[in-house]
Amino acid sequence: MAEARVFVVDGARTPFLKAKGAPGDFSAADLAVAAGRPLLARMPFAPTLFDEVIVGCVIAAPDEANIARIIALRLGCGKSVPAYTVQRNCASGLQALSNARERIALGQAHLILAGGTEVMSRAPIQWNAAMVGWLARMMRARNPLQRLGAIAKFRMANLKPVFTLLLGLTDPLVKLNMGQTAEIVAHRFGISREQMDEFALTSHQRLAAAFDNGTMNDEIVHLYDSRGNVAFEDTGLRRDTSLEQLAKLRAVFDRKYGNVTSGNSSQVTDGAAMLVLASEEAVSKYKLPVLGELLGDAWAGVEPEQMGLGPVHAVAKLFKRFNLKMNDINHMELNEAFAAQVLGCQAAWASADYCKNELGFDAPIGSMDPARLNPHGGAVAIGHPIGSSGARITLHLLKSLRRAGGGTGVATLCIGGGQGGAMLVKVEPQRSAGGAA
Amino acid sequence: MSYKHWQVEDDNNIATVTLDVEGTSANVLSREVLEELEKLLDRLSAREHEGVIFRSAKSSFIVGADVTEFRRITDSAQAADVARHGQHLLNKIVALPFPSVAVIHGHCLGGGLELALACTYRVARDDEGTRLGLPEVKLGIHPGFAGTERLPPLVGDLTALDLMLTGRTVSSRQARTMGLVDETVPERYLLRAAQTLIAKRPRRHKARWWKRLPAWKFVRKPVARLVERSVRAKAKPDHYPAPYRILELWRNSASQETEAASLGEMMAGRTSRNLVTIFLLAEELKRRGKKQQHNIERVHVIGAGVMGADIAIWAALRGFQVTLQDRSTEILARAVKKAAGFYKKKLKQPRLVQEAMDRLMPDLAGDGLTRADLVIEAIVEKVEAKRDLFANVEKRVPATALLATNTSSIPLEDIARALKDPTRLVGLHFFNPVAQMQLVEIVRGAQTGEDALNRARAFTTALDRLPLDVKSSPGFLVNRVLMPYLIEAVALAEQGHALADIDGAATDFGMPMGPILLADTVGLDICLSVAEELAGPLGIEVPQRLRDMVAGGKLGRKSGEGFYHYDKNGKPVGRGKRTDTREPITERLILRMVNEAVACLREAVVADADSVDAGMVYGTGFAPYLGGPMRYAETLGDVGICASLRRLAGEYGKRYEPDAGWTRGEIFKRTLLKD
Repeated sequence: MAEARVFVVDGARTPFLKAKGAPGDFSAADLAVAAGRPLLARMPFAPTLFDEVIVGCVIAAPDEANIARIIALRLGCGKSVPAYTVQRNCASGLQALSNARERIALGQAHLILAGGTEVMSRAPIQWNAAMVGWLARMMRARNPLQRLGAIAKFRMANLKPVFTLLLGLTDPLVKLNMGQTAEIVAHRFGISREQMDEFALTSHQRLAAAFDNGTMNDEIVHLYDSRGNVAFEDTGLRRDTSLEQLAKLRAVFDRKYGNVTSGNSSQVTDGAAMLVLASEEAVSKYKLPVLGELLGDAWAGVEPEQMGLGPVHAVAKLFKRFNLKMNDINHMELNEAFAAQVLGCQAAWASADYCKNELGFDAPIGSMDPARLNPHGGAVAIGHPIGSSGARITLHLLKSLRRAGGGTGVATLCIGGGQGGAMLVKVEPQRSAGGAA
Repeated sequence: MSYKHWQVEDDNNIATVTLDVEGTSANVLSREVLEELEKLLDRLSAREHEGVIFRSAKSSFIVGADVTEFRRITDSAQAADVARHGQHLLNKIVALPFPSVAVIHGHCLGGGLELALACTYRVARDDEGTRLGLPEVKLGIHPGFAGTERLPPLVGDLTALDLMLTGRTVSSRQARTMGLVDETVPERYLLRAAQTLIAKRPRRHKARWWKRLPAWKFVRKPVARLVERSVRAKAKPDHYPAPYRILELWRNSASQETEAASLGEMMAGRTSRNLVTIFLLAEELKRRGKKQQHNIERVHVIGAGVMGADIAIWAALRGFQVTLQDRSTEILARAVKKAAGFYKKKLKQPRLVQEAMDRLMPDLAGDGLTRADLVIEAIVEKVEAKRDLFANVEKRVPATALLATNTSSIPLEDIARALKDPTRLVGLHFFNPVAQMQLVEIVRGAQTGEDALNRARAFTTALDRLPLDVKSSPGFLVNRVLMPYLIEAVALAEQGHALADIDGAATDFGMPMGPILLADTVGLDICLSVAEELAGPLGIEVPQRLRDMVAGGKLGRKSGEGFYHYDKNGKPVGRGKRTDTREPITERLILRMVNEAVACLREAVVADADSVDAGMVYGTGFAPYLGGPMRYAETLGDVGICASLRRLAGEYGKRYEPDAGWTRGEIFKRTLLKD
């Protein structure tokens, strides 16, 4: 059975808010609603007509079980629209789009609201296992004697909290945190500290330019809090940063000898991005404008210690399946988990050895033209709320291709645990299919 | 034995008495209902039962006595009899040889709560819609079915006084906390809770001893004096005698007979009759709105200033999906902040606050226009700007969208000219602050279609506001009647009279706020612009002092200084003392207002005198105890008023000349209420 075509009608994202050491003002559901509400207001159909809502989210709060359902209800989709939440670590947002795409491609749905949301600043701080055990003992105590016995077993070490965010950013099987995997990739491909810092600087500069010339206006909603403040821009952007400043920073993951700093890594951030996907039938039925088309996605596994190379493999799979070359791609969004990791991917694609031994390609794929790779900045400047980035980069890719007059694009991310995901999109040169442009 | 309004069932020896008053949507204790209840109780007490449950078949328990019957009661003896009859009945409930339980859901007010108080136990449903209270004071009377006797032992004296003096309602959870009800449970356990109480027969709830301290013999009088002081700050005894009477009944531990006689006096008094009338006027206005469908789900408000934000915030509170548009993100941010603060105070529960905030979307780009059912324009008062706005809006909204303007002074016809279909435009004139002022003027332009008017009225009722039909003419009703009064006050100030005297004369009369303070609060710039709009058509002279003050940046409360000075919390400081002036300030202010009201009637700005009264009471708080300016004119008599006006005209100027309408008796007809 032939797959149906899958279109993206439109999308919107919140400004991404850098975590500042205290829980942020908005919950993950709040941000998704803030992005989704103006997006849905622009749609000519009622939100009750969605077939499904799919949202990527890794750290939902304890009172946000199946956050996609909460978001769907808060956005007015009504009780009849089912919703579910997906998790593939750093690419959860892309996974949501992938699931939605599949549904529509199989003819099982016509309108899906999909995206990702993450509030890393509210990642829970937990009691450690010893404390939980002690509390259970206290609660089982039936008389004063048992209670006294439990109290006697209390140790000060019980009070040491567990920062789940740190745990989440560490690979449990190889016992390396994400930053350390970037160091490994940097070592493998000989990426220097200067190269990392330069890349980071470029990311900030490109993002600043994009905000200044209005490139971002079309995709970012204004975010209002209840204290009279409005956010328009990603708060992690440092317009004033320089190579000197970046050079002064100390390595943060391998303190003594490492090169990966907080300046050339993506930041702990809160943010959400939502997109409306539609089938061809829905586009013509509701006369929907079309932003672009999702052609397909690919997922690959790599060593967890070098998880940053995930995109290399995922993109290679895409190229094989769709018979494409790097030159065919007009614009690539490669999530900048770390500057080192992006540069590592570029080096891998350019390396004949790597392409032959690891990817089974006779000739090197070739690295992406740096001018067309993250041309408006990336996660180093924007931040990387893990559930959302997949959706953000896909949205931005589509908007940018549309502005450039059309083209083919790839959005790809590395995934903690050793995976990569990539989405292939196409934007037609001019008129949208189906009506109101 | 079957009854018209009651149903009795016997199940396992527990009698269930259900009230379902015929012909009304809410249960009221009319004469007929009470008569049947008496027969019912007699039969009930004749047989053996484990217990009896009183409940309602309607969506609320009992909302009180039948207020429409109040209007037919003409003398105090008649009214006292009604009270005695009710007391006698409820005493029968108390005297039943088995326990009784009132199962309460929805509104349980006034006589309904008194019936519940007579029962041994009370069970209330735990939800937002269930509220209990004794609102009689708001109608100028007090509880007359032994409520003053039975409430304090249950909840304590200070709480009882608070409930009776303010007439406020409490939620079922609050009722549980104060001991007013014994159990607060979700719907599914109401019956089971009642049956359990009958089976277990716990001791009847009594307030803890320290809550009854104020009732001790030598404590009563000082407590009464203290409470009276706070009552006096809000209501003058000769305007609103009811709260003082409540205090007196409590202070003297009044018997049921005293309560009944007192109720008779209050009910026959002028204040109560007027308060009842304006209450019924409000009910009638609401009813008119309920006749039609508005078919509105999504409201788009353009202009997030004071009024636009208020309207949007209120509409979202009432369940509409609202998009609020403005050109400035700062102004939108301020509106969002205002909304958050308002919802937190009003709704309290975080989940409800979040739901309301989710319904209010700041919309810089105007995305909400695509699917808007109603557009309300609340931008600057400039006709060109409004015309351009509506021309653009008409292109972007669905063909079925209703278009409304909140303009207070620009004729609708002028704005409608910009539209392809001018019949769609109606005026929805709100008053500031929307949360407190219930009136909305539904402004009919010469071009406005019936459908638009019907939808506007229905929408207003859905907002829980009062729709009043007015014709599109300068100032409509409220601003037009109010403005000469405010201008006169400014003129008096210009002439050197003490501000405290001017404001004091008005508050003595019964206005909620003096005209000088009101002008400062509304904003002198707004007063000036409205005055200038009305100056031509109404022949008013705008005082130079007002122009000077606005030009000098003294805009009133919002700028820290107007006629008075204001501290950073917006409170006026140093308002000056009253002098022993011989100037007839009250006459000059009030008669000017009444004269203008008659002009409005003559020009058919509103349909009848009832509309004038409702508009002025609910739009500006005109002395409710007087029943509105036209009711006040009725009590003074048109001959006397015209004579006073001519005298004032002779001394102060021809603006006081009695309007031509005074001689045309037919314009004074009242049509809103059917007697």
